[in-house]
Amino acid sequence: MGQITLQGVQKAFGPVHIIKGADLDIADGSFVVFVGPSGCGKTTLLRLIAGLEDVTDGKILIDGKNVVDVPPAKRGLSMVFQSYALYPHMSVRGNIAFGLKMAGLPKDEINRKVEAAAATLNLTPYLDRKPRELSGGQRQRVAIGRAIVREPKAFLFDEPLSNLDAALRVQMRLEVTRLQKQLATTAIYVTHDQVEAMTMADKIVVLNAGKIEQYGSPIELYQRPANLFVAGFIGSPKMNFITGDVAGQHNAATIGVRPEHFSIDGGGQGWSGKVMVAEHLGSDTFLYVDAGPIGTLTARCEGEKGVKAGDQITLVPDPNRIYRFDANGNAIFA
Amino acid sequence: MARKVTTANVVVSTAGAWLVGFLIFFPILWMVLTSFKTELEAFATPPSFLFFHWTTENYATVQERSDYLHHALNSIIIAGGSTLIALLIAVPAAWSMAFSPTKRTKDVLLWMLSTKMMPPVGVLVPIYLIYKNVGLLDTRAGLIFILCLGNLPIVIWMLFTYFKEIPKDILEAARMDGATIGRELIYVLTPMAIPGLASTLLLNLILAWNEAFWTLNLSTLEAAPLTTFIASYSSPEGLFWARLSAASTLAIAPILIIGWFSQKQLVRGLTFGAVK
Amino acid sequence: MATKQTQVLARTLLSPAVLLLFIWMIVPLALTIYFSLLHYSLLDPGSESFVGLENFRYFLTDPAFLASLQNTLVLVGSVLLLTIGLGIPIALLLDQPVVGRNFVRLMVIAPFFVMPTVSALVWKNLLMHPVSGLFAWIATSLGLTPVDWFTDAPLLAIIFIVAWQWLPFATLILLTALQSLDEEQKEAAEMDGASALSRFIYLTVPHLARPITVVILIETIFLLTVFAEIFVTTGGGPGLQTTNIAFLVYSQALIQFDVGSASAGGLVAVVIANIVAFFLVRIVGRNLEA
Repeated sequence: MGQITLQGVQKAFGPVHIIKGADLDIADGSFVVFVGPSGCGKTTLLRLIAGLEDVTDGKILIDGKNVVDVPPAKRGLSMVFQSYALYPHMSVRGNIAFGLKMAGLPKDEINRKVEAAAATLNLTPYLDRKPRELSGGQRQRVAIGRAIVREPKAFLFDEPLSNLDAALRVQMRLEVTRLQKQLATTAIYVTHDQVEAMTMADKIVVLNAGKIEQYGSPIELYQRPANLFVAGFIGSPKMNFITGDVAGQHNAATIGVRPEHFSIDGGGQGWSGKVMVAEHLGSDTFLYVDAGPIGTLTARCEGEKGVKAGDQITLVPDPNRIYRFDANGNAIFA
Repeated sequence: MARKVTTANVVVSTAGAWLVGFLIFFPILWMVLTSFKTELEAFATPPSFLFFHWTTENYATVQERSDYLHHALNSIIIAGGSTLIALLIAVPAAWSMAFSPTKRTKDVLLWMLSTKMMPPVGVLVPIYLIYKNVGLLDTRAGLIFILCLGNLPIVIWMLFTYFKEIPKDILEAARMDGATIGRELIYVLTPMAIPGLASTLLLNLILAWNEAFWTLNLSTLEAAPLTTFIASYSSPEGLFWARLSAASTLAIAPILIIGWFSQKQLVRGLTFGAVK
Repeated sequence: MATKQTQVLARTLLSPAVLLLFIWMIVPLALTIYFSLLHYSLLDPGSESFVGLENFRYFLTDPAFLASLQNTLVLVGSVLLLTIGLGIPIALLLDQPVVGRNFVRLMVIAPFFVMPTVSALVWKNLLMHPVSGLFAWIATSLGLTPVDWFTDAPLLAIIFIVAWQWLPFATLILLTALQSLDEEQKEAAEMDGASALSRFIYLTVPHLARPITVVILIETIFLLTVFAEIFVTTGGGPGLQTTNIAFLVYSQALIQFDVGSASAGGLVAVVIANIVAFFLVRIVGRNLEA
C-alpha cells in the first residue's frame, strides 16, 4: 500500500529554512499534486519523501513506518525526474530493467516485466535503442516505464512534463493520469503549472514559502480558497483583488472576483472603465479594463464579444461569487 | 565570424595558417628526415631535404643496442606506473569532492593545485638526499613515486571536472532504483566517467613521459627513462646526429600520436579550469 | 541516511590523496628549510653546523645568484613575450576558415608534446650548430656569417628553444578562448554597426584579457624552473650566462655538493613561485565558483 503521512517535517539548508513545518496525510491510491511558485519548497518536499535529502526535523511515515532514517534505495518509491535522468550508456531495456536488477530478480522475470511495461507505454519498438536516439516524449515514457516496472508504493513526479512542447504536454497529461488510475498506485506530482494541478489531481497541496497554504480537491480550492494566496494562485487568469472602500462595503479588507464571474451585458451594480487590451481567442474573450481608482480588472467572457481597446465598459460581478478576505489575508466564509 | 566568408579570405587564411604550421612543425620534421640519413649525410652541408639516400640503418642500430629498449621500457613503466597509481588515489578523492562537497572542498582543491605550482628545485636537495640514503636513487620505484605525486594534483583536478559534469540526477535515479553506493559507482558512475578517465590517463601519461627534472636528476642508467637516455647524447662523444634523430623520433612518436588526441584535455588539465 | 553516509565515506576516500600531498609538501620543504640553516657540504660530511641565515646572506649576495636571477627574469619575460606575442596572431589565424584546419592545428600543437631533452638537442645540433646546422646553411646561403648560438648568444638560444616548446600552449589556450566568444555577441555588435576592427578591439581583446592572464601566470610558474634544456645544451654556461635559479640550485647541490647553500637557493625559488601561484590560485578559485 502507499499511504504517506508527513508530521511536522522541517528542512533547513544551513540558515535557510526551506520547509517550515509540513503536516500532510496522503491516502493510498490518490493522485496528489504539490503546486506553488518557484522556490516554495515543493521539490524539496518531494525529495524529502524520496530520501534524497535528509529532514531537519519531523517524521515521514510510509504505511505507518517512519522512514526518515531509511536510504532512498530502501523506501520502495519510484521517481520520475524533470530531466528524465536516463542512464545514457544503457539501452531502453537496460534503463527500465535496472531497478529490478538491483532488487535481484531472476532474469526471465525481469524480461517479462520490462516487456509488459514497454507495451503499456508503447515503447516496445525502442527497447534496444539508447536514450540519445529517442525524442523527448519517448524519453519521458522510458522514465515513467522505469518507475512503474518496480511496482513501488508510490510514484514521485518532479515536474516531468515541463521539458515537453505544449501539444505533447497535454497528451502526456492524459496518459499519466490514465496510467495512475489503472495502476491505482499513490502518486505525488510536483508542478508549478496550476492547470496541470487542477486537471490531474485528486487533491492539491498549495505551497508558499515552505508552508502548506491549503490541501484539498481542485474544486474545493477553486470554490473555497482558504486565503488570498490560494485564491490568487488557483484559476487563470488570476482572481481580481480590490481593497479599500469598495472592500469595506462588503465587510472585508479585500474582496476578490474571478474574471469568469463578470458579465458585461447584463445590468446591475458594477465597475466601469476603459478597455486597455482585448484578447480574442474565439472560444473566449479576455478583457483588461482600467477601472480607475479600483485598479485594473481582468474579465473573461465566453465566445466572441465584439469589444475592442478603447471601448467603455461596465463589469458586473456575480454577487454570489464575491470572495471576502480579512486583514490577515484569510478567507471570510459567510 | 561574419557570414560573408569570401574566397579570398579562405585562401589567404589557409595559406598563412599552413605556412605558420609548417614553420612550427619544421624542427620535428627535420629531425625525422635526419633519422633516415647516414651520419655523413646528417652532417653534410649543404643539407639535403628530400633527395638523399634514405636508410633505416639508424633505427636498426638503435634497436640493436639493447640500451634503447631498456630505456623505452623504463619510460613505459615509469610513466604508466605513476599515472595508474595516481589514478587509483585520485578517483576516490575526486569522487568525494565532486559528489559530497563540503564548505572546505574548494579550498582543498585549490591547495592541491598549489602543490603542483611548487618548483621542484625547491625540494631537490632533500629528495635527493633521502633517496640516496634509502637507496631509491636510480630506481624505477623511486621515480614512479615522485612522478606520481607530481602529477597527482592534475589527475585529481581533471577527474573532478569530469565527475562534476555527470548529472547529479542520474546518480539519484540510481539510488531511487535501489542501488547502494557501491553499485551506483560500478553500474552508473564508472561507465559514464570512462571517457573522462581515459582523457585524464592519456594526458598524464604524456606529462609523465616527458618529465625532465626528476628523471634527469634521480636516474643515471638502470632506471633511466628515455628523457635521460636522450640527454646522454649531449656529451661530445655522443654526437651521432642521425642516430640521435632516430632515437628521438622513436622516443616522441607515441606521445605525438597520443597528444594529437589529447588537445582538449590539455586545455582542461593545464589551465586548471581558468579558461573554458 | 544516504546523505550522512556519503559524507563519512567521502572523507575517508579523500584522505589518502590529502595525506600524500600534505607529506609531499611538508616533509621536503621542512627539510629544505632545515638544511638552509646549516653549513652542510656533502664533500665534508659530519661537519654540519648551524649557521642561521648565513646561507641566505651568502646566496643572495653571491654574484652567481644575481646573475642567475637576472637570467631567470630575462628567460621568463622573453618566453612570455614570444609565446603570447606570437600566440595571439596565430590563434586569430587558426580561428579563420582555414582548409584543413585540424591538421594545421596538430602541426602547431606538436612541439609541446616533444620531450624537452629531444627539443633541446634537435635545436642545438640539427638547427643551431654553427657548421652543420640548418640555420648556418641558411645564413651562408644569404651571405651572412652563421651565428654560433651557444657561444655568442646562449641565453637567446635557450629562449628560442623554450619559446618553441611553449608556443603551442599559449596558442591553444587563446584559440580555445577565441572560439568560446559568443557568436551572438559578435552578431549583435555587427547589427549595431561595428566594423571588424571595432569588434576586435571592443569584444575580442577584452575577452582575451582573462586567458592571457592565465597563460602568463601558468607559463611563469613552469618557466621559473626551466632545467632540462639548460642541462642538456649549455650546462649553465658559458660561465653563468645560461644559469637560471633552478640550474644554480642544481649545480650547488649536485655539482658543488653544497647542501646548505642549495637549500637556501631552493627556498628563494619557492618564494618567487608562491607569489605567482597566489594570483593564479585566486583566478582559478573565482572560476570554481562559477
